[in-house]
Amino acid sequence: MNTSTLDPSAREVRERGIYRQFGLTDAEYARIVELQGREPNYVETGIFSVMWSEHCSYKSSRRLLRRFPTSGPMVLQGPGENAGIVDIGDGLAVAFKIESHNHPTAIEPFQGAATGVGGIIRDVFTMGARPIALLNSLRFGPLDDAHNRYLFGHSVAGIGGYGNCIGIPTVGGEVVFDERYTHNPLVNAMCVGLMRHDQIARGAASGVGNPVLVVGARTGRDGIHGATFASAQDPGAKERSAVQVGDPFMEKLLMEACLELIATGEVVGIQDMGAAGLTSSSAEMASRAGSGITLDMARVPCRETGMTPYEIMLSESQERMLVVMKRGQEHVADAIFDKWGLEATVVGHVTDDGLLRIVEGERVAAEIPVTALVDEAPVLERPSQRPDYLDALKEAPGDHFAPRSRAELEADVLALLARPTIASKEWVYRQYDSMVRTETFVRPGSDAAVVGVPGTKRALAMTTDGNGRQVYLDPYAGGALAVAEAARNLVCSGAEPLAVTDCLNYGNPEKPETYYLFERSVDGMSDACRALGTPVISGNVSLYNETGGQDIYPTPVIGMVGLIAQHEHITTSAFAVASHQVLMLGRVDAPLQDGLGGSEYLAMKAPDEALSWRLPAFDLTLERAVQSACLDAIRAGLVQAAHDVSDGGLITALCEAAIAGGRGLAIDLDVALGQALGSESSRPDGSGANTRGQDLITRLLFAESPSRILLAVADADVEAVRAIAAKHKVPMVTLGQVLAESDFTVQLHGHVALSLKVDTMETAWRGAISEWMR
Amino acid sequence: MRTAVVQFPGSNCDEDAVKAVVSVMGASAELVWHTTADLSAYDLIVIPGGFSYGDYLRSGAIARFSPVMAAVSAAAARGQYVLGICNGFQILTEAGLLPGALRRNESLQYRCELVDLKVENANTAFSRDYVAGETVRIPIAHGDGNYYVDEAQLAGMEARRQIVFRYASEYNPNGSVADIAGVVNESGNVLGMMPHPERAVHALLGSADGARVFSSILTSWRDAHEHVNA
Repeated sequence: MNTSTLDPSAREVRERGIYRQFGLTDAEYARIVELQGREPNYVETGIFSVMWSEHCSYKSSRRLLRRFPTSGPMVLQGPGENAGIVDIGDGLAVAFKIESHNHPTAIEPFQGAATGVGGIIRDVFTMGARPIALLNSLRFGPLDDAHNRYLFGHSVAGIGGYGNCIGIPTVGGEVVFDERYTHNPLVNAMCVGLMRHDQIARGAASGVGNPVLVVGARTGRDGIHGATFASAQDPGAKERSAVQVGDPFMEKLLMEACLELIATGEVVGIQDMGAAGLTSSSAEMASRAGSGITLDMARVPCRETGMTPYEIMLSESQERMLVVMKRGQEHVADAIFDKWGLEATVVGHVTDDGLLRIVEGERVAAEIPVTALVDEAPVLERPSQRPDYLDALKEAPGDHFAPRSRAELEADVLALLARPTIASKEWVYRQYDSMVRTETFVRPGSDAAVVGVPGTKRALAMTTDGNGRQVYLDPYAGGALAVAEAARNLVCSGAEPLAVTDCLNYGNPEKPETYYLFERSVDGMSDACRALGTPVISGNVSLYNETGGQDIYPTPVIGMVGLIAQHEHITTSAFAVASHQVLMLGRVDAPLQDGLGGSEYLAMKAPDEALSWRLPAFDLTLERAVQSACLDAIRAGLVQAAHDVSDGGLITALCEAAIAGGRGLAIDLDVALGQALGSESSRPDGSGANTRGQDLITRLLFAESPSRILLAVADADVEAVRAIAAKHKVPMVTLGQVLAESDFTVQLHGHVALSLKVDTMETAWRGAISEWMR
Repeated sequence: MRTAVVQFPGSNCDEDAVKAVVSVMGASAELVWHTTADLSAYDLIVIPGGFSYGDYLRSGAIARFSPVMAAVSAAAARGQYVLGICNGFQILTEAGLLPGALRRNESLQYRCELVDLKVENANTAFSRDYVAGETVRIPIAHGDGNYYVDEAQLAGMEARRQIVFRYASEYNPNGSVADIAGVVNESGNVLGMMPHPERAVHALLGSADGARVFSSILTSWRDAHEHVNA
């Protein structure tokens, strides 16, 4: 085999250990020599290194990913394609996926985040679906640090810059701030697309002799080895040249052209060129069809002169797709791409020899069996070890940090509302076009976003959720809680949860303790997905989120989509009607046993102890029942508003509901506890040292006990809701009433424990992030 | 009544404009590609929002040179209605069909939110179904919506009642001179506005206040037509 005179020889690759610079281990290199039957040349070594990188091969995670439930009656396409697809009836389907762009964001936040959005959009329209919504889940270090503010501000601008230009609304997501993400910010982007069943396209290169086309942008030298660098620790030490540069205008044209092309029915297979560019797209398309592909580098349109086969194959230039057309139909692509001012260039053809063959004119630059790249990629059995700290966690924390007075409690509530993790994310989402396409019925800021299905009375609810601190404290329960909270958010919007896409962000999997957290949280997520009937249809893994030996929290992020049967079921978290009752589905008294472990309040009041206490108890059976009761009540037309209790506990949920509705609330915990504990124990001040006075109110207001939903219900409908709760064997209590005026009060033991104005709370909550970012 | 919605590469509110015309006016609307040279067959031409040609230069500065803009200018000169929304407004100022210019938002950030607008002039073909002085809610979504005219121009526009919408409730989201959100040309047949009326045409979208821009045009067209027929 000839090699370019500029490239090191196969012998030099071995002798100089060039493969190690590409991230391959000695054992992997030896295996490649075995599979090839000879020493791989420079181009082949580069191709193997990206295909066998953690990012492309999922070598540390593949064994674990098999544990997820991935099938169900609605699933039209599970994991393994560019995006998963679920049926929503009437011949319509929804395609969605979430993907990380953490490492590029750490180096170049604007482009890193922007190209994350661009990549996930391509994954969805590749399936033949019209992208209709974007969400993103973000993690940054605390905002008191200037570099964190830079990463956060520029990531948000990058996300907006891309989504706003391409014209897909960014409708939801979440942002969490914690020291653990200071050097390793997380940017997980999710895209949801809508399609008819007959529009589904797949990424398989079948049919010997069919032409293979590169369409869209030209190939440049940007992003070479991006996938390899995404699989290594210490993002700060990485090269900016490995970060791609996005062009949303190009992607808009590419999206329209590809959807138009797919609609002609002349496309055999189509695949996004994301991580590892031409290399992974061609190998994966051939692998899915059991075929081979020959590509001629001399025909690939390049942005720069003198690009070598190595550079062309490993470039991660954005806004490109690989398309296999029916033979003789190349002109169909020509005409459509010409209209959109884009190039569609035949660069090769499908073969039946099972080889990925890279030629440059007459010269063969690389020749590798597709199975060696894809099926033979390493699958690692990483050692797993339970970290010691998990067994040292203490039961329900003592409350020595509880506020001593009403004034202190009120100050704590305002301080909690101003914590950037809890505070309004308006500073973020007002930079995103959330309304384009004119189907956004619930904009960012409620429990889930709601987007209409054009031409029907139905709508889709969507959300992303994940709480790394909880997973750190209890990987199994934390994983399950992430799924449960996502489903709860959808249910609170009036939707039946359909399916999950997951973005699994962890530290260095070579550490047995980190691997254990990964493994146990996958088990927790899997069991919750089974219990809630939401299979995993797509996802992404991001490992090595580690700097200086410090891992991020184990942070699985759950993206979930649900179906709202009728527009009338759409429900928000705005408690907007005075005189309505405030009800809770679930256990108002759970915090008495659970304590404040894992809570945002504990992280605020006693940061040194935030990781010392166990999480609240979690029961999937109760969770499922609470969600069923909520959805039944909404569908029966009994619920004006619903809001789940999560980060920041009951008080945060109440404040958010009051602020969103522009109403005050009068909450009486004596009545609620009386109903929950029965009349015998209706005076909980006598029930023991741990639950007295300020300790009691601290737990009730700030504990993050799961499986609880607040409802606003008209007086006349309360009994009907109670009957539904009873049918599902779910506890239900009356917490209080929505007020016409803006007073927000909480009563306990016959005294006013807390009294604030909604305006005061709103100012603290709404302005906090803007204040930091001024 | 025949409506054309101009489609530039990078337009992204084109389909939304079609949907609004269909739902509010009960009439069809056609998407016309940016290479179209003749728009004489249409009664209303909508230049929709988006990022024409990526707007990598000044917003609207590339689009004004596209073939369809000569046809838009000709249509405006003939008295056909031209409605420019967001990027469409930017393009119309770049093309000289409307006075002023749209600069980067004062905040230097993109802004997407529902805002209050005061209807300043309810006597135009585009605003006659509103009541002068009323406050309506219509969303904005732009990075370059900071309207500028100099003082002399502003005085002239005020005198000729060319300002149709102003940002209200003491909230100017982008720094526009005199809180200007939408203006009409001297002949009264070309309107440009940064807020998106097509995004506020039914309650599920959070407001239906934008519908009256489209119903106003339909009413105006009917009046003109009946007049011609009579």
